[in-house]
Amino acid sequence: MTDDTTNQGIPEPEGHSDIIETDYQIGQDNIETQIGPFGLDVHNPVFLISGLTIIAFVFYALALPEQASAVFGWLRPWLTSTFDWFFLSAANIFVLFCLFLIVSPWGRVRLGGAEATPDYSYIGWFAMLFAAGMGIGLMFFGVLEPVYHMAISEPLGVPSPIAEDGSIIAANVEAAKTMGLAATIYHWGLHPWAIYAVVALALALFSFNKGLPLTIRSAFYPVLGERVWGWWGHVIDTLAVFATLFGLATSLGFGAQQANAGLNHVFGVPIGTTAQVLLITGITAIALISVLRGLDGGVKLLSEVNMAIAALLLIFVLLAGPTLVIFSDFFSGLGAYAKNLIPLSNPVGREDTGYVQGWTAFYWAWWISWSPFVGMFIARVSRGRTVREFIICVLIIPSLVCVLWMAVFGGVAIDQVLSNPETSAVKAQVIDSYNPPLSLFAMLEGLPLAKITSVIGIVLVIVFFVTSSDSGSLVIDTITAGGKVDAPVPQRVFWCVFEGAVAIVLLIGGGLASLQAMVISTGLPFTVVLLVMCWAIWRGLRDEAR
Amino acid sequence: MALSGPRENDRKGENSVFSKIMTPVDLAHLGGLQRALDCAADLAGHYGADLVYVGVTAETPGALGHNPAEYAERLEAFAAEQAKAHGIVASAHAMAAHDPTTDLDDNLFKAIDETGTDLVVMQSHIPNLTDYIWPSNGGKLAAHAKVSVMVVRG
Repeated sequence: MTDDTTNQGIPEPEGHSDIIETDYQIGQDNIETQIGPFGLDVHNPVFLISGLTIIAFVFYALALPEQASAVFGWLRPWLTSTFDWFFLSAANIFVLFCLFLIVSPWGRVRLGGAEATPDYSYIGWFAMLFAAGMGIGLMFFGVLEPVYHMAISEPLGVPSPIAEDGSIIAANVEAAKTMGLAATIYHWGLHPWAIYAVVALALALFSFNKGLPLTIRSAFYPVLGERVWGWWGHVIDTLAVFATLFGLATSLGFGAQQANAGLNHVFGVPIGTTAQVLLITGITAIALISVLRGLDGGVKLLSEVNMAIAALLLIFVLLAGPTLVIFSDFFSGLGAYAKNLIPLSNPVGREDTGYVQGWTAFYWAWWISWSPFVGMFIARVSRGRTVREFIICVLIIPSLVCVLWMAVFGGVAIDQVLSNPETSAVKAQVIDSYNPPLSLFAMLEGLPLAKITSVIGIVLVIVFFVTSSDSGSLVIDTITAGGKVDAPVPQRVFWCVFEGAVAIVLLIGGGLASLQAMVISTGLPFTVVLLVMCWAIWRGLRDEAR
Repeated sequence: MALSGPRENDRKGENSVFSKIMTPVDLAHLGGLQRALDCAADLAGHYGADLVYVGVTAETPGALGHNPAEYAERLEAFAAEQAKAHGIVASAHAMAAHDPTTDLDDNLFKAIDETGTDLVVMQSHIPNLTDYIWPSNGGKLAAHAKVSVMVVRG
């Protein structure tokens, strides 16, 4: 006997959505067991194969470091120089596809059902998007890239304003300055966010509207049908886990080296393995607390705090630097980006190969290899948004924030280089000697309160690693649990610790560079995966609209 | 629709020790909850209290439904079965969480308020070493809830 006062704590039925009826039951392939006091609920065989493959590759990199370095050190540049046209063309397709979705009638489709309500406020949502997918890159490349493109890589053949003897060629200054910003914005604007948006939209659509498990293979249901639950799907999910874990672990290893360089620069902390292992341990420990506190109490909270600190640093640099010049840079950079977007995106017949192969194709492969992780995380927090709102918020607004960030950090750094080339620390660390980890601190040195802002910079670098690490652990745990987001807590602890352990082992034993090159190489197969996802989204939305 | 069971209302009244009993259920692992389910139903019958089954689901598709609404239907069906089997008045209270694994305790505290519960009956494992690091849900509820909590071991 039920009574009629049933009080449901869930939202009202969320309106029509086009559920796919499949024979597969979520969790049917999972193994539930108890190891000592720890419960496990993992997908068979994705969990085991992912874990064993990762261990095997770590052993390979440690046992045969020279061979691994030779193979992957060759593979990555070979892929980006041979397939640069493919990466550039695919990324252009993703941008056009997303822009089309904004104006198409399918933009009205709501993720989670016609009457679903958003899970997160705009602020929490944006904070998580940035903190998972791009925060760390903005810290690392915000100064480096605009200066480098302005002075060295000569995108679209725009000549450098700095002569070989270090003097400034006044005639080249204006064009090189705006091109430096535009060429950087191109790598951080519409294209990377379109890559993330495609994966996130595919996963959110097939999970929240079609009722399939939140895992990468679900987006392939329109192509593979029921076969997606078999080995095809196992391979897709395992590849995603593999790319995500190695991507995070190798970035964590390099991140520790960068943070160590920053600490050395500011406090004279010696550079060495001990400090770096301690940093990885510290980052992993904070990430562990974050995953134990969960999505709202850990990941979202930390992302919001970090974004607030990043915003304060941005405002400080804006006010302490030449404010009017920066505003002018913002608009001229944006204008130059709009004007040069088509030539910069041109996939064939380019003569600026240093830029297009060394930077653009590398970036596209990198964003694409990260897209299963970031896309899946974005999908999980995007329920309740319409497709139009989703694309505008994942594509347009983050792009504008990146433009602002690059205009402020890059604008100030370029100004420092061009106004005082003899004394500029940025020129010394980026142009005279290539020392990327110190570029941010070199720029901050030229502003007041450098000691304080450098400490804030180091904290931001570390916490952005934490926010990638914790969200990455949740994503890997979900994939290896067959799309279950409520698997036992020890599993997410395992992945978080495993990631830190892989980073430490590779840091001590060598192999960070070769395995990161390998991860970036996975960008090639994933580019094909993303193209298939575009088609799947189109199919999915078409059925949804009926 | 309110239906009366054989024992409903025979002892229910203002003097009842408990008028609303809540028992959290994990529909995917009902086997391990049998003692708490039987105990809660017996207590509900004994005190003439209403019994509310609380379940927390993810917003993503799971084994128990494509979405929270489908999960809620299952929980209601379960409550109806239990009501019929034990001859009590029972209802379901489904909740959706962003991260159910870590948000379970908070949701259960919320459910106590939302349902007007005055006794929680819940299953918990026999404490072990890990409970010092991660307290069990039952342990946490017993330690912090403002209403009576009966933790059923085993």
